[in-house]
Amino acid sequence: MNEASVKQSTGNDQAGWNLIFACWILATVATLGSLFFSEVMGLKPCVLCWWQRIFMYPLVVILLVGMYPLDRRVVRYALPLAVIGLAFAFYHYLVYSGYIPESLQPCDQEASCAEIDLELFGFITIPMMSIISYTAIIVMLVMFRNRTKQNGPNQDRIKE
Amino acid sequence: MNKQMQVPIIGALILIVFAIAVLVYNEKKTDELTETANKNASLLIRDYSPTTGDAGAKVTIVEFFDPACETCKAFHPFVKQIMAANPGRIKLVLRYLPLHKGSDYVAKLLEAARLQNKFWETLEVIYQTQSEWASHHNPQPEKLWSLLRGSGLDLSKAREDMISSTIAKRVQQDLSDARQLQVNKTPGFFVNGKPLVRFGSEQLLQLVNEEIRNNY
Repeated sequence: MNEASVKQSTGNDQAGWNLIFACWILATVATLGSLFFSEVMGLKPCVLCWWQRIFMYPLVVILLVGMYPLDRRVVRYALPLAVIGLAFAFYHYLVYSGYIPESLQPCDQEASCAEIDLELFGFITIPMMSIISYTAIIVMLVMFRNRTKQNGPNQDRIKE
Repeated sequence: MNKQMQVPIIGALILIVFAIAVLVYNEKKTDELTETANKNASLLIRDYSPTTGDAGAKVTIVEFFDPACETCKAFHPFVKQIMAANPGRIKLVLRYLPLHKGSDYVAKLLEAARLQNKFWETLEVIYQTQSEWASHHNPQPEKLWSLLRGSGLDLSKAREDMISSTIAKRVQQDLSDARQLQVNKTPGFFVNGKPLVRFGSEQLLQLVNEEIRNNY
């Protein structure tokens, strides 16, 4: 694939770039937000929070790298992280709202995943924010993939 | 806004918002903790609390400590240094906040040592040998009995004394006072009733110097 065709396939896709950019903003805000809760407010992250962090933090780097220059394959790397993260967020939400009992694991001094530490405006909880950001990132990544597919089939595969 | 600049600009914006949030939050927290400390001023010092320094000193440092805490160990010589630099002006009151496993045992041992007027010497040995008995995965406070040999402490008497209910109550009292004052990390410092909110040796020194200036 020569220089010219790279430019052609991705170079001028400003709207597509904006989608990835929006994903990056979300991931960055989520990352700093979680750090604010733990490092500034001193709320101890529970085990499930850690799993969600593990899949959110790398998105900040991966998406940024995929933006310069815009690499359509960024979806291949970012989407799995976001989907797994969403699964943990959803599970956490169920534990949080009491649909799944947390008592399956022994008690220790670590933070409890079911304990509600923070509610913004009375109803927004941390797992809910996590679900919202992961969902928005997934939706935008899928939109980006569909766009690039429309531009021409097979283009998200490297041609030898 | 072109593509090259968008990320740095938005990134910087996010960071600025983050920094402002940190500042605002810390400011609010400081006010809150100061108010808590003011409201609960009577809980800061108990009549049984171990105290050192000139009785007439106008600056009082209250330190909630855990004998197994490395940072407490590191701060101990620093606090003594500040006191030595301001002779007669500072007194130090210690409160127990045994958060680590096995630490309440050591707190009781220290109380027993106090009955023999050996509190500060014993504390010194306990800090010096911390790495030997206070591994967080496997704390072995019983090791202290052999480590304290030769310290001048009557060990068999201390063993008997430390199981008294008075001592247990004192440790419990300190724990509950700490909770009321919202001290949940060690070391937790108050200087003339003002909490050290942003933790650090520099910040502690600043707070102490401020109080010295206000009182002398």
